[in-house]
Amino acid sequence: MKRFIGFIKKEFYHIFRDKRSLFILFGMPVAQILLFGFAITNEINNVDIAIFDKSNDVTTQEIIHKISASKYFSIKQNITNEADIETVFQKGKVHAVLVFENDFKKNLTKDNSAKVHIITDATDPNTANSITNYISAIIGSYRKEINKDISIEYQIDTKTRMVYNPELKSVFMFVPGVMTIILMLVSAMMTSISITREKELGTMEVLLVSPLKPFQVIVGKVIPYIFLSIINAIVIVLLSIFVFEMPIQGSLFLLALESVFFIITSLSLGILISTISATQQTAMMISLMGLMLPTILLSGFIFPISSMPFPLQVISNIIPAKWFILILKGIMLKGVGLFFIWKETLILIGMTLFFIALSVKKYKIRLE
Amino acid sequence: MKNNNVIEVENLTKKFGDFTAVNSISFEVKKGEIFGFLGANGAGKTTAMKMLIGIGKPTSGKAQVADFDVLTHPEEIKKNIGYMSQKFALYDDLTVKENITFFGGIYGLSRAKIKEKRSELVAELGLGDILNELVGSLPLGWKQKLSFSIALLHDPIIVFLDEPTGGVDPITRRQFWEMIYKSSNNGTTIFVTTHYMDEAEYCDRVSIMVDGKIEALDTPKNLKKKYEAENMNEVFLKLARG
Amino acid sequence: MKTILYIVQKEFKQIFRNKGMLPIIFVLPILQLVILSNAATFEIKNIKFSYVDHDKTSFSRELIEKFDASTYFHVIANFPSKKEANAAMAEGEVDVILEIPRYFERDLLKQKNTDISVAINAINGAAAGVENVYINQIVLDFNKKTKVALLTPSNLINAPKDIVTIPSFWYNKTLNYKTFMVPGILVLLVTMITLFLSGMNIVREKEIGTLEQMNVTPIKKYQFIIGKLFPFWILGFVLLTVGLTIGKVVFAVPIIGNLGLIYFYTAFYLLVVLGIGLFISNFTDTQQQAMFISWFFVVIFILMSGLFTPIESMPMWAQYVTEFNPVKYFVQVMRMVMLKGAHFNDILPQLTKTIIYAFIMNGLAVWSYQKTT
Repeated sequence: MKRFIGFIKKEFYHIFRDKRSLFILFGMPVAQILLFGFAITNEINNVDIAIFDKSNDVTTQEIIHKISASKYFSIKQNITNEADIETVFQKGKVHAVLVFENDFKKNLTKDNSAKVHIITDATDPNTANSITNYISAIIGSYRKEINKDISIEYQIDTKTRMVYNPELKSVFMFVPGVMTIILMLVSAMMTSISITREKELGTMEVLLVSPLKPFQVIVGKVIPYIFLSIINAIVIVLLSIFVFEMPIQGSLFLLALESVFFIITSLSLGILISTISATQQTAMMISLMGLMLPTILLSGFIFPISSMPFPLQVISNIIPAKWFILILKGIMLKGVGLFFIWKETLILIGMTLFFIALSVKKYKIRLE
Repeated sequence: MKNNNVIEVENLTKKFGDFTAVNSISFEVKKGEIFGFLGANGAGKTTAMKMLIGIGKPTSGKAQVADFDVLTHPEEIKKNIGYMSQKFALYDDLTVKENITFFGGIYGLSRAKIKEKRSELVAELGLGDILNELVGSLPLGWKQKLSFSIALLHDPIIVFLDEPTGGVDPITRRQFWEMIYKSSNNGTTIFVTTHYMDEAEYCDRVSIMVDGKIEALDTPKNLKKKYEAENMNEVFLKLARG
Repeated sequence: MKTILYIVQKEFKQIFRNKGMLPIIFVLPILQLVILSNAATFEIKNIKFSYVDHDKTSFSRELIEKFDASTYFHVIANFPSKKEANAAMAEGEVDVILEIPRYFERDLLKQKNTDISVAINAINGAAAGVENVYINQIVLDFNKKTKVALLTPSNLINAPKDIVTIPSFWYNKTLNYKTFMVPGILVLLVTMITLFLSGMNIVREKEIGTLEQMNVTPIKKYQFIIGKLFPFWILGFVLLTVGLTIGKVVFAVPIIGNLGLIYFYTAFYLLVVLGIGLFISNFTDTQQQAMFISWFFVVIFILMSGLFTPIESMPMWAQYVTEFNPVKYFVQVMRMVMLKGAHFNDILPQLTKTIIYAFIMNGLAVWSYQKTT
């Protein structure tokens, strides 16, 4: 037992003496959370647009004024001819051009209808959509204003309630995701590289020949990373609560428990990767390209799974991160108990057992 | 070469913060000598050698190798020396032939010259069968000999060997020293560090470093007489005990 | 010059002999490109929709059918009570609950106004906002239809004024998200692989001792560095080509602009990336460290590059920071040239900044590389 403790101590020394890696291990989650919290968002703000006003009358001016007063848009320039539209788009100066038709006010008064063209640079379809929606909304509210004396009948009013996140804060979306990614990064990637490093340097054989059992070697290697992961998780949660005011609706104890489960799942994955990598480079590449990227993109962290093509939705089921993110969202944001997330928890446990079994099998094969 | 000294060292010192690894050492090495640079692990041998081969900057003191100052002209020194590192630094994922070609090219040898040297090596070391094998698959003894030969490819005036016989069996060690003798007979100066004291007997002169200082500098024969020892091992033990 | 050739030759041999890495360098990125480009979308589709219909009339059914017909929503379930619907949302089975009150049809026909309530899972705030817009559109549409059906001619005198907005989507009529993402993901892959490989490569030689061996040779700094980085420069181009081919063949991404311009720009961009890789490797001793630090910077660069979220949406301080992000320029250039057919003059600002960056970065890297310590 003392041997084992001694071994674990050595592992801790390794890690804590490597100041550079340590800095990254702790700095990364903080940097990511701050970035996501303050800089990364799909919301449109001060989007540059241009106006092509063929009428130049009171009504168009009123509408333009409303739009420029909105925080979403910033009117960069006025265009005076058709050809300029292409030019401003190609130069990347504006994202949209609003075109008001000729005789706008006249048409509105006489025919009760006038047209506005919302031309967007749809190379970024998301922004184009948002711009179109927002401008339509602003024009819609202007329309309501000029029609307010006309009685509205047969009106259906929609009362919307935003559940779990009434202020539509983006924090809620990414905190579970960032936490999952960081845990996976530290536990899976670091572990796989650490174990592979010993293999590459040849010191693994020394360990295996020592009185330590192989199982103790692996566990010993893995314990410091569990420790680090837990610290990371705590830091992330604290940041979210105090800097971003994200409440934790559910039980903290359950949160901790599930996090530990997931850490173990990631560790088992890391161990599996180390059994199939001969060099650190390979372990890193597999962790990065084969694990991290798919996790980030297919786990529902940034992109909604329901919007993906069906085959990808199926694949996303084998990514442990997807299930953990669901669990996190459930506990943190919906405040549910084990009763609601038992299915996901079971899946994670199942995956862990599978990875461990596979690693053991591969390890035994190598010994023979 | 003026006054026949290939290496001249005067009060050479290297400090790392508070720690003095090499403490004001002075010595010379004559052309054609086999000079043994001995000392226990951690005595400062490797640090001193790194300064002589131009990859370590001295904190103070002077040293000249092949008539060039180590502080001001390290790159000139490198043209005239060969180096064999402790790790036999060869590229494991390149073949024997490719390693030879590569290092020959790096030292500026013409294609014709490389070819000539390669044939020489094949004949001398019997490389014929393994010319196209990856170095990584060779046993340690082969790597060692190959590493030494590659250090000599460009006919340097002096070759530096850092613990060249580590981990190798006695027979191979013996063979290796025969290669060193041959080289020395051809006029190459050999500067070798080792902690195998029996190898000290093979050298023309040796110096023994203890805790950063040179505590002895003479031929093995004279040292044994001085310290009333039967072999260099005893000499070293007596010195190390202080 | 010849010296450089020797090093380049050796590097290529080593790269191709590394049987484990080759598939990873080529196959994985291709896989990633294909999978990711399909996955990366912010489009809202197939939203899990449920309803609680207290009215159960033809009117309410018509409204529900409108939702069913929409591609945005996928009507999954119908609950007898709000309570059960809420439980389903808590379990993650539905994300939208539409509740239609009793007397919906009756009230509407009696010329009264009526309310319906909608609950949206807003954990993904941005998506919830968009879903709300879609829901409102559908209800508005339904409302318009019923009004037209119910309005008598006498009412028409006092008809409301309508401002019709006509959207027009240029360069990407179908709002194909892939068109937008593929060039960006290509940038990501080329950057990541080139950066990681070049950085780790030099550190690897440090770890096994051959770097020291090289430092003892008379080889000059610049010869060594050029020789070492050149193969990865070429690799970057190869990856770019493979990626562009896949983009065209698999995703039918338009390539409107001049391909030559893209390659020209990439030549300089790769220099920046390699410079960063070299710089990092000068300050790390192990491959693990090198990889870690590279990973740290790559993640930040990519998140702040405008690849996934627009730079204009960031706060001013963040936008300022992105001026120092080379990836941002690459993403811009790729999109501008590929999708809009921008010309040399249009990308001149990005090109200039990139060239300056390349100079500074490589200068720093070469300066900090020491043969003698």
